[in-house]
Amino acid sequence: MNVVVVVKLVPDLVEELAIDESGTALDTTYLRLIVNELDNHAIEQAILLKERAGGQVTVIAPDLEGVDDVLFTAAAKGADRLIKLTGDLSAVNNFALANALAAIIKEIKPDLVLTGVQANNDLDGSVGPRLAAQLGMAYVGYVSGVTPVGDGVKVRKEYAGGLVAQMTVKLPAVLGIQAAEKPPRYVPISKVRQVSKTAKLEARPAGDLDTGNGATVSRMFKPETGAHATMIEGDVDEVADRLVALFKEQGVL
Amino acid sequence: MSQDVFVIVEHLRGKVADISYVMLAAARVMAQATGGQVVAVLLGNNAAGLADNLAADRVLYVEHPALSDFTSAAYQTVLDGLLREQAPRAALLGDTSMGGDVAAWLAARLAWPLVSSCRSMGAEGDALKFVSQTCGGKIMAEGDLPGPSALVMMVPGGYKPEQGQSAQAPQVTQVMAPSLEGLRVTVDSYIEPDTSDVDITKEPILIGVGRGIQNQDNIELAQELAQALGGVVCASRPVVDQGWMPTTRLVGKSGKTIKPKLYIALGVSGAPEHVEGVADCEMFIAINTDPNAPIFDIAKYGSQIDMFDLLPVLTEQVQQAKGG
Repeated sequence: MNVVVVVKLVPDLVEELAIDESGTALDTTYLRLIVNELDNHAIEQAILLKERAGGQVTVIAPDLEGVDDVLFTAAAKGADRLIKLTGDLSAVNNFALANALAAIIKEIKPDLVLTGVQANNDLDGSVGPRLAAQLGMAYVGYVSGVTPVGDGVKVRKEYAGGLVAQMTVKLPAVLGIQAAEKPPRYVPISKVRQVSKTAKLEARPAGDLDTGNGATVSRMFKPETGAHATMIEGDVDEVADRLVALFKEQGVL
Repeated sequence: MSQDVFVIVEHLRGKVADISYVMLAAARVMAQATGGQVVAVLLGNNAAGLADNLAADRVLYVEHPALSDFTSAAYQTVLDGLLREQAPRAALLGDTSMGGDVAAWLAARLAWPLVSSCRSMGAEGDALKFVSQTCGGKIMAEGDLPGPSALVMMVPGGYKPEQGQSAQAPQVTQVMAPSLEGLRVTVDSYIEPDTSDVDITKEPILIGVGRGIQNQDNIELAQELAQALGGVVCASRPVVDQGWMPTTRLVGKSGKTIKPKLYIALGVSGAPEHVEGVADCEMFIAINTDPNAPIFDIAKYGSQIDMFDLLPVLTEQVQQAKGG
């Protein structure tokens, strides 16, 4: 099975985020980017499919800080082909990204395109369904299991409340991954370094990155913390005391 | 082309999802500004009755056996034609497992602008304004909703479902379904949520563990506190995805909604996907070493104390208080 995985690099939420001077976007001066967690799950699911059913896995990621490491890590996990999408990708929306990716993916003619069902910086929907429309492929999102069957795949689609629908999807298709069937595997940095010496990164230009008629953000801000939690200060004993007092107030103790 | 605001109703197995009512409330704000109507769009089979309590000016109902279950393929096909023909000012879908399968696909097909993660809509003069959340809820983004037609994906939180419900059933007009032969996505079956485990939606005391728990072994510390308090441990998505806790314990967007008396969130950042699952909570306590964690905007009490220092001490104190 020929699988393409589309990866986004997104703001690392562990770090403090700042708004830039224009007040309309994130300040990128100290912004750390990491691989979108759900795209990591997509990579894992693709490798699992390759281990079970053979085939080739191609990973495509945008040329932003840290991308080489992301691609080499994918190769260390078992990805066969690594493509770096080049161009000024720092402020593109998913509309532009999907257009750029579609052109490249069309040439590869994969059976499946896997990508995380969402990313933390999506503001115009996610990439997956847009790609499906551009590529004329079926799309199912919130997928937590993929099994090849005949000329298609069976997928587990998650709904709220723990309900799951088993669906059959004809190939070729784009799947928005919520969770791989197993947690993303760990590869030691030594292996990634080893792979980086021999693996080839293909650079493909994104071309026109017109963001289309999409909405523009006129103001970006940190939410007013109107009703912020009352913070309990002190050392462990003081905090524990206060919590026990609260439990008693609640009638739990 | 019209100034109407369409709401694509989400329903699953005979029940209208709360997000549908939230969208209707937002649509009312928008329609008041545009001068158009709030039009609910209902796709289904023998489902016209679901329109009864929708707070809409009118309902367009599309019936077809292929719409008995939600599938991306069926909804994409129907809505592509319907929206293209009707060209409303805006069409609202849920930022959910259902809406997510359809909205961005439609945006690409119709070449309409799309705003997602939208919490609320407003109006300023002629302009419709969106307010969306991003970066795990840490950042808000607002702007004008472009015209002439646009799509919006809504998340819960900006409106109460009651604001989108009506005691008076709206007028329903049935619209012919297009051909729905040869759809590439079909439903085989549903898997019910596992009922053998404890039902966290019914538990009054819950201890939630998030990414901050760091590994599976540490969950034991949370279990001990839960046991001491007579409660149960639940988890956010990252913990369940690692396989450290079963899906039955998942609180959030694709998991369960809890309404506890007491909820202690340990090492949970408070991303919208999790917080969505905490509908109501009398006493919400958050323990997180990150002072900027969005969870502190939702919790009633918080502490930055390291949970690994706190838990053994707190559990012991609770046990003593219970006379054990």
